[in-house]
Amino acid sequence: MPRRLKILLTQLAIVLGVICLWEAGVRAGLIDSFFFPAPSALAARIAEWASSQDFWTDVATTLAETVLSFIAGIGIGTVLGIWLGLSPFAADVVQPFIKMFNAIPRILLGPIFVIWFGLGLTSKVALGVTLVLFVAFFNTFQGIREVNPVVLANARLLRASRASLLRHVYLPSATTWILSSLRVSVGMAVMGAVVAEYLGSSAGLGHLIAQAEGVLDATGVFAGIVVLSAFVVALDAIVDRIEKRLLVWRPAHVHEA
Amino acid sequence: MDERPPLAVDLSNVMIRFGDFVAVRSMDLAVGETEFVAVVGPTGCGKSTILNTVTGLLRPSAGDVRIFGKALAGLNEQSGYMLQQDGLLPWKTAEDNVGLGLVFQGKPITDAREKARVWLAKVGLKGFEKRYPHQLSGGQRKRVAMAQTLIMEPRIVLMDEPFSALDVHTRRLMHRILLELWQADRRSLIFITHDLDEAITLADRVVVMSAGPGSRMVGDVRISLPRPRDVSALQTTDEFMALYREIWSLLGAEVEKSYATQA
Repeated sequence: MPRRLKILLTQLAIVLGVICLWEAGVRAGLIDSFFFPAPSALAARIAEWASSQDFWTDVATTLAETVLSFIAGIGIGTVLGIWLGLSPFAADVVQPFIKMFNAIPRILLGPIFVIWFGLGLTSKVALGVTLVLFVAFFNTFQGIREVNPVVLANARLLRASRASLLRHVYLPSATTWILSSLRVSVGMAVMGAVVAEYLGSSAGLGHLIAQAEGVLDATGVFAGIVVLSAFVVALDAIVDRIEKRLLVWRPAHVHEA
Repeated sequence: MDERPPLAVDLSNVMIRFGDFVAVRSMDLAVGETEFVAVVGPTGCGKSTILNTVTGLLRPSAGDVRIFGKALAGLNEQSGYMLQQDGLLPWKTAEDNVGLGLVFQGKPITDAREKARVWLAKVGLKGFEKRYPHQLSGGQRKRVAMAQTLIMEPRIVLMDEPFSALDVHTRRLMHRILLELWQADRRSLIFITHDLDEAITLADRVVVMSAGPGSRMVGDVRISLPRPRDVSALQTTDEFMALYREIWSLLGAEVEKSYATQA
């Protein structure tokens, strides 16, 4: 695929160009390395971290928090979305409350969760869930509401029971919406975990960054951000795989022979 | 009761009203057990309303609906309904779409697929079992939808302008497939259309409805053309032309009326 290769090479050139200019700027004294540490310094720091046990504990902690809040958030959001999507009465009753909760800046809940659940895993997962839940909820709700009426009528004419409708019509329809929001949800889960760690914790990537910041160690902060980005990209790749597998029936993913 | 078997569908004096709006004033429709009846009428004359009544989705405000001699209460368990637009599930393959009704009945998926493959072959879609709806053409999707309805082996088949969105050649192919299937296993079939050619080509009888609202039956013409019919050669025969003229003399006036009310 020459086009894809071309895109890839261009992207690589941009990254290398920025890194080289940055590095050269620092070495020439044009960029203050206190605020913008050289890429080589960042690489050295990451390498140093990678050889320590603590760093991997941090990564594992953040990963665990992310995965747990992702799963719990998607689960609760989906169930809520199905329920409200199928019951207009419940939807009308609950709608204003959901809007209200969604309007709360979630970061403010971080300290409260720490008070409620302590400095451990639970408070981090709780914050992540409050972020992921709404994305999953709104998408499921939309997916249930926007089921093609002809498809629904046809399934009813084929004598589908309520359970069958849910399983063969509503859920698959909502799944496309949920899947398309997975990427956002993953980002939200990571954000919840890292922000909660940053606010108060004893382990995790957010904790690592907060510690570096506490001693004005810009190298540590930048290195932490780079690690975090790599972390999100890796998760994103996994989500991409899942999405492609589950949406084989969609036109955009199938190339006609 | 005499010795004749009860009619598959027997509507007598059926009136359908939505609030103050009378959609159908008085409809009598009798369809025998192996009879193919086409219902034609101008747009908005309540043709689909008739089918919804036979399915039991609509209760008539007055009159009787009898299915195989029994008054219809609740949903009609004997009927299969093919809609104007296909309602295939985009996330299921052709075979899984065809077998959908069986799965809804609680049959295991392997049995449903096995039977679905037989039906796909019957509608000429052998080799398309694993295709998703978006990978099929409009005509192929119609054939999947047809198999989806017929696999349930309903004793009464209802079709609501099923081929109206297709081009002329595809439509003719669909006519041939439908007639072949019906010829092989004759059932009671009510076919709604606004296309008089289609009605005469397919049916044993053509029922003409008046312009709505408050429509009623204005004609019931027996189509004496011999079977099996050759779908492509039929329309140029003299008998066909004569029937066309006869029915159009009833239908044409109603179509004019419907233009007048719409203008």
